[in-house]
This record gives sequence, C-alpha cells and structure tokens, in this order.
Amino acid sequence: MSKITQLPFEKPIYDIEDKIEELKMLSNESGIDLTSQIETLTKQAEEFKKNLYNNLKPYERIQIARHAMRPTFLDYVKNITTDWLELHGDRAGTDDRSIIGGIARIDNQPVVLIGTQKGKTTKENLEYNFGMPHPEGYRKALRLFKHAERFDLPIVTIIDTPGAYPGMKAEETGQGVAIAENLLEMAKLKVPIIAVITGEGCSGGALGLAVANKVYMLENAYYTVITPEGCASILWNDAAYADKAAEALRITADFLLEQNIIDGIIKEPLGGAHYDPELTFVNLKNVVVKALSELSQLNEQQLIETRYDKYRAMGALNG
Amino acid sequence: MGIKEWLHKKREQKNSSRTINTAVIDDEVGKLWTKCFNCGANLPAKEVEENLHVCTKCGYHFRINAKERIAQVVDLATFEEINADVVSADPLQFKDLKTYKSRQKDAFEKTKLNDSIITGIGKINGEKMAIAVMEFAYMGGSMGSVVGEKITRLIEIAIEKKLPVVIFTSSGGARMQEGIFSLMQMAKTSCAVAKLNKAKLLYITVLTEPTFGGVTASFGTLGDIIIAEQGARMGFAGRRVIEQTIRQKLPADFQTAQYFLKHGQVDMICSRDELKEVIANLVRLHSKNK
Repeated sequence: MSKITQLPFEKPIYDIEDKIEELKMLSNESGIDLTSQIETLTKQAEEFKKNLYNNLKPYERIQIARHAMRPTFLDYVKNITTDWLELHGDRAGTDDRSIIGGIARIDNQPVVLIGTQKGKTTKENLEYNFGMPHPEGYRKALRLFKHAERFDLPIVTIIDTPGAYPGMKAEETGQGVAIAENLLEMAKLKVPIIAVITGEGCSGGALGLAVANKVYMLENAYYTVITPEGCASILWNDAAYADKAAEALRITADFLLEQNIIDGIIKEPLGGAHYDPELTFVNLKNVVVKALSELSQLNEQQLIETRYDKYRAMGALNG
Repeated sequence: MGIKEWLHKKREQKNSSRTINTAVIDDEVGKLWTKCFNCGANLPAKEVEENLHVCTKCGYHFRINAKERIAQVVDLATFEEINADVVSADPLQFKDLKTYKSRQKDAFEKTKLNDSIITGIGKINGEKMAIAVMEFAYMGGSMGSVVGEKITRLIEIAIEKKLPVVIFTSSGGARMQEGIFSLMQMAKTSCAVAKLNKAKLLYITVLTEPTFGGVTASFGTLGDIIIAEQGARMGFAGRRVIEQTIRQKLPADFQTAQYFLKHGQVDMICSRDELKEVIANLVRLHSKNK
C-alpha cells in the first residue's frame, strides 16, 4: 500500500493508517497491550475509507482516473489476452505510439485490440506522447478496423486519453478529418465493436475509437466533451475551477449510464483500479467476454443497424 | 478546442478597439460606412453589401450570418426551411457563471434563431439540394443536440428524396453546456453521413470562417468535396491551445484556408462570388443525367 502515490483527498486515510502503525510499534516496544485501540482505529479507518470512496466527487474520480499507477492499455493486453501480437504502423510513414493495436485472444476468441497507451514513467510518457494521438494514430486504428472486418474479427478498443494532440503537425496532417473518418467508418463496420473507457475519455480524441455496439466505463473513468480544466478556463475564465466544471459537465459513469450514453459500468476495487489491478483485469475481462458473446448473436446488418440506432437516439431535445 | 480560442478572442476583442474579423452583418445594419478590417478602407455599407460582404478594395471576406448566406447562395424564393422549432432540452441543467438557459435566451435575442443552424431544401443555380447553414452568432456556432438532430434529419430527407447535400459550417466546436450529449452529436452526424455515402448521394461541405473542434472532427470534413471559403480559418485545435502546448510561434498563415489547401486538407478554395456556381457545377458533374 505504501508504495502507491496518495492523492490529496486520500490524506485522512493515510494519516489514520500511519497512526495505526505507530500504535503497533509502540505496543511492540513497550509491551503494553493496545490491541483494542488498534482494532477500533482499524475499524474506523475501514468505515472512513468506504464512506470516502463511495461518495467521491467528480473531480476526485478524475484524479483516480489519472493516477500514474492506473493500469494502461498494455497492462490489460498482458492480463486479459493470450497470443498477443502487436501490428504496427499506418502504412503511410508513421507508427504513432500513443495508439497501439494488435491481435490476440480473449477467452480463446481472436479479436483485434486497439487502445490509447499512456506511460507510467516520464520516459514512457514521452514515447507514448501522454496518450495523445496524432492523426497517424487514428489512421493506424482505421487500418486495423478494416483488417478486423476483412477477417470477421470483433474489435475491442481500450480508451484512456486526455485528448487528441493539439499540435502544428497534427493540424497539417488532418487531426479533424482523421477522427471524423474513424467515426464514419466505425459506423459502417460489419463486425462487433466493444469500447471500454478505462481512464480519461476526453473529447473527439476518445470518441475516435469509441463508436461501438457496446460502450463500457470503469467505475472511476470519466467521459467528457472537453477536459474540466479546458471548460473551466473558458467558462469560469480560470482552470482552477476545474472541480466546478467537472460537476457541471456530468462526466461520471453513473450519470452516463442513466442517460444511455454507455451500456455498463465495470466495478473497480475500493479506492480505484491501481489498488488491485488483478481484480480490475478480471472485472473488465468478464464484461468484455459477455459482450462478445451477446454480439456474436447479431448478423452484419443487425450490428450496423443497432449501432446506428443507438447514436441516432442520442441528444436532448424539446419539440 | 477551437471554441476555447474563439472565446478567448472574444474577451480580447472587448478590450481592444481595433478588432479583427468580427464583422457580423447585424452590427452593420443602419450604418452608412463599413470599415474593412484588413485594408482599413472606409467603404459605403451598401456597396459592401451588394458585393456579398466582400471588401471592394482588397477582397476581404466579412463574416456573414446564416440568413445572409442563404440569401446569397440559394435561388430566390426556393428555400423551404425544415425543423426550425427543434430546441435543446438543457439535459445537464448546466450552469457556469451564467445558466445555459440564459445563454440560449441571449443567443435567441441576438439571432432570432432557436439554435446555431438553419436547414432546408432549396435550389442553388437551379440544382435542388438539401442545405444546412450554421450560425456563428448563436453561441459561437457550437454543436449541441439540435445541430446534430437537424443535420441528421436533413440527411434522412436527402436520402428519401435522393438529393445532394451541402453544409456551410461555421463553428467553434462542440457545445460544452450540453456535455457528453454534444460530443455524441459528432458520432450521430457521422453515422448519418455513412448512410448518405451508402445512398451514393453527393455531400459537399463548405468550411467558412471559422470552423473548429467537433465540427471539423465530424461532418465538417466528411464531405465528398470539401470547399474552404476564401479567408476562412479552420482546424481541430485552436491556435492558442497549440501555442501553449508546443511552446512555439506558429506561422502567420497557420490554419487559414490557404494553409489547409497547401497541406492537402481541402479540395479547393472558393471566393464568395464563385461558391454558387461551383456548388451547382459539382452537383451536375456528379449526376448521371446531366
């Protein structure tokens, strides 16, 4: 536990745990029996934890979603698939490392897996560009989507991105049209598409991999039209109001499920995926396996039609 | 986000006397003279208006509103508007420093429109087509549920009536006040374009000043033909966001129509007076019977 980087709002928990450790040490050194005090405090700590984590504010969830130790796409690949083979490149000059794709088996079913990749260290983050794809990344994904379609393989996408990269080169090579073409082509694909937002699902950069038959979110993931910081700096004239923007934007999984934007929520261990990655892998895998089996019942036309109908119905209108 | 830049600019413009590229027709009504933002010439307002709101000295294209655009490109008395009454339900009950509802009300007062797009069926140089025009003066032309729905319905009608579609974009991007619902309009409109593709109907987008964010990353750049209007700026991310991210000075022509033509992102640039005939000609060239 102590190796996990604590988040500001978690401080009270760590304080109580430190206190418990102190008492234990004191008890050992002095020989005074403090068992009952330790027990009471431990119980209090558990209660406090449950209460805290079950009532997280949106901006606290965001901090969990962005936690440096949160499992990444390649962690999921390693732990929920077998026979993984990475397939590189957009066939037009680039292998964008912030979107990784390949082929593997999930529960024996071959699938094409594509995800945004973040690093856990600075060095890794530089390689993966902090999970912010360039147009070439979306085009690599599109090439792999078409590969999946040609061989009748279901597609699973794993999304954790603060957004598509805002850069000069990205504009020149068509960041907008690269995302747009993925939206268009995903609408046409004849194979099942399952998208899972595991951390940050920010804006068009996330949606460019998320037009799917089934969309799931991890419990502490968030899915939004703009980062709360970006929204706050525009509407509150100050990025420091990100917590307010996070509430106003309604970015949490429970609201999105209620509004039929997503199809299900994947449970995380108490405190977030990084406290028990193994359990997170199992939970995610179970949901994906179930979705794969459900979607295998639909023929090509049904897959396209139900996907279309799902997005056709989205919007909040009067009249 | 494109809208970020736009709003930032708007704030700056409030504080500066010399503004760039903000000529909205409504502001000119009743004025006798129009000052060109580009060359500084003082021109008789009537002369500029008759010249499609293009500077008669330097060719600078003033920003025009949706109604003026329709008056300019659609043949006289052929435009039949559809779905004018669709309004947003404010699904998040969104409130920042102001409520979304009050922003909608202000935008309505300013534009007399229910949202940032007008859709309908009309003729352009004799060619019948489904037409959509975005209104930048309504909350920065941002795309929420109404824009998504009206574009989708327009495309559905086009498929039913076998008509080509032309959309004039002008937008800062997605509408933050509708949160995830506005993001989903990108998916919804792109799905609609997929159906249009399947029906083999021509789809032309005309990117006008300015086109950014969620519109660029969805139906805006999915045109079979993409035309940029002369003088328009466009892109995915806004200039300021990019400058902050890469900490580099961007070239002066960054994100202009010329810049995107040079980088292969648009098929052509048209001046305002060319648009009508180019669109009609494209429709004729793509139909078997003409």
